Amino acid sequence: MHPAVSVIFFTVMSGAGFGLIALIGLGAPLPGGLAAAFLIPALAGGLAIAGLVSSTFHLGHPERAWRALSQWRSSWLSREGVSAIVTLVLFGFYTLLWMVSGERSLLLGVPVAACAVLTVYTTAMIYAQLRTVPRWHTGLTPACYLVFSLTCGFLLAAGLNGLTGGEPGAAGFAFFAILIAWAVKVAWWTRAARAGLASTGSTMETATGLGAIGKVRLLERPHTGENYLTREMVHVIGRKHAAKLRSIALLLGAVLPLVITLAIWFFAASTIWLIPAFVALMAGLFVERWLFFAEAEHAVSLYYGGPGA
Amino acid sequence: MTSLPPATEKALGLVIDLDTCVGCHACVVNCKEWNTGGYGAPLGDLDPYGDEPVGSFLNRIHTFEVSPDDAPASIVHFPKSCLHCADAPCVTVCPTGASYKRSEDGIVLVDESMCIGCGLCAWACPYGAREMDPVENVMKKCTLCVDRIYNENIPKEDREPACVRTCPAGARHFGDFSDPASNVSRLVAERGGMDLMPEMGTAPVNKYLPPRPKTRPDTAAASTSANEPAPEGFLGWLDRALERLG
Repeated sequence: MHPAVSVIFFTVMSGAGFGLIALIGLGAPLPGGLAAAFLIPALAGGLAIAGLVSSTFHLGHPERAWRALSQWRSSWLSREGVSAIVTLVLFGFYTLLWMVSGERSLLLGVPVAACAVLTVYTTAMIYAQLRTVPRWHTGLTPACYLVFSLTCGFLLAAGLNGLTGGEPGAAGFAFFAILIAWAVKVAWWTRAARAGLASTGSTMETATGLGAIGKVRLLERPHTGENYLTREMVHVIGRKHAAKLRSIALLLGAVLPLVITLAIWFFAASTIWLIPAFVALMAGLFVERWLFFAEAEHAVSLYYGGPGA
Repeated sequence: MTSLPPATEKALGLVIDLDTCVGCHACVVNCKEWNTGGYGAPLGDLDPYGDEPVGSFLNRIHTFEVSPDDAPASIVHFPKSCLHCADAPCVTVCPTGASYKRSEDGIVLVDESMCIGCGLCAWACPYGAREMDPVENVMKKCTLCVDRIYNENIPKEDREPACVRTCPAGARHFGDFSDPASNVSRLVAERGGMDLMPEMGTAPVNKYLPPRPKTRPDTAAASTSANEPAPEGFLGWLDRALERLG
């Protein structure tokens, strides 16, 4: 699949934003005062909204994006839009209440967190629902999106809390959160290695229905040039450096944040140092998300000579 | 509404005869021509006379080579357009309600004024039946020439999809699959009409007729050709005369 930068940016940034919203709602320790009550939610909402706005750049007609809120009964993309807006509105009320009263309401915070988690789940289901892309079509896809979202949110919340002292124990928790998140991703990668198109029984023979006669090979494409389908779904350029990119993702997103969290934990340093760990994790996730799209094989490639063509 | 109708009154669609198709691309050309002036936005092209032309097509012909284990390979021209699936995954993923399947005749259509161009329906389709128009940025797909088949302003014989009307080989047939006595239902029954990628669970309406078995050379006769009886008559005389010349 073609790795569209706007969609990669959307899933990573919104994931982190809604993760932070969930952690705020659940009552993660954060600095007090009016400035914090304004700036921290502004950062969380800003990340989520930046991602959502970026996703509209992917649209052919962004001015009609509001129409996407109508089909929540059948469409995961519509559900994603609806739950994102519900989350942000509830979170707006939560923030106002926090700014006015100086207290963080758990009664409102828990529903906010639940909506934020649901939003990330719906984002992942846009991809996980597709039978045409066997690598995505698994419960592990939403699991990955959720663990990364919450881990990003936790690193950022604990890092911000470090501005006013923080709790060194948070670094230990962060260490295990990062470890678990990447363990889920490694499980996803392990499954993906076996989840080629052939794993669903789809071959050039079933795609053409000619398997009863013999082995099928593409002799000629419909047109000499590229088309929307080959550019969007038979995209193979991104797979060229997959192994190297996976190492870069692990180095930036796993090794570096793990070393930082371990160092904070060991030296009982301020958890403000979790912010660089967060930045490294985000950088790793951009690479991970690139691979999520670039390595995905779509069934339509069977009409264009197979996934490797 | 992007929920699928539980059942459709008719199931209009195409039968494509892979035995008869000669790969002339006339259906591609007539489809592009009709649909550029018909339903919805024109089928756009970018750089049509340049080095890298791209454009949206609702019907494309692939050409495959099929190699049996025990016979020479053969060529199969393979027209592919929307299969108007009964369980169309492209419809349910649509966030806006632009994609829908008609309950009266089962045609899958896009209301282009509602399409946001997210492309998710194209991702959901295993057949590559949907293409984003590079000029209008809305999703284009086969309409089964909905603006021809019910069109009382054109002669009766033209009230079928443009690809069917133009096919010089008679490789494309249009009809109602819900009627067991229709031309398309009978063709499917007689010729073993098949679904493409049935494992995707899309329940396509369009059916493909497999190529008829090729005539194979009589291998038993071929292997004994060296021991043929000597020719008689003039040929026999010529054979013997040439032998004698050394």
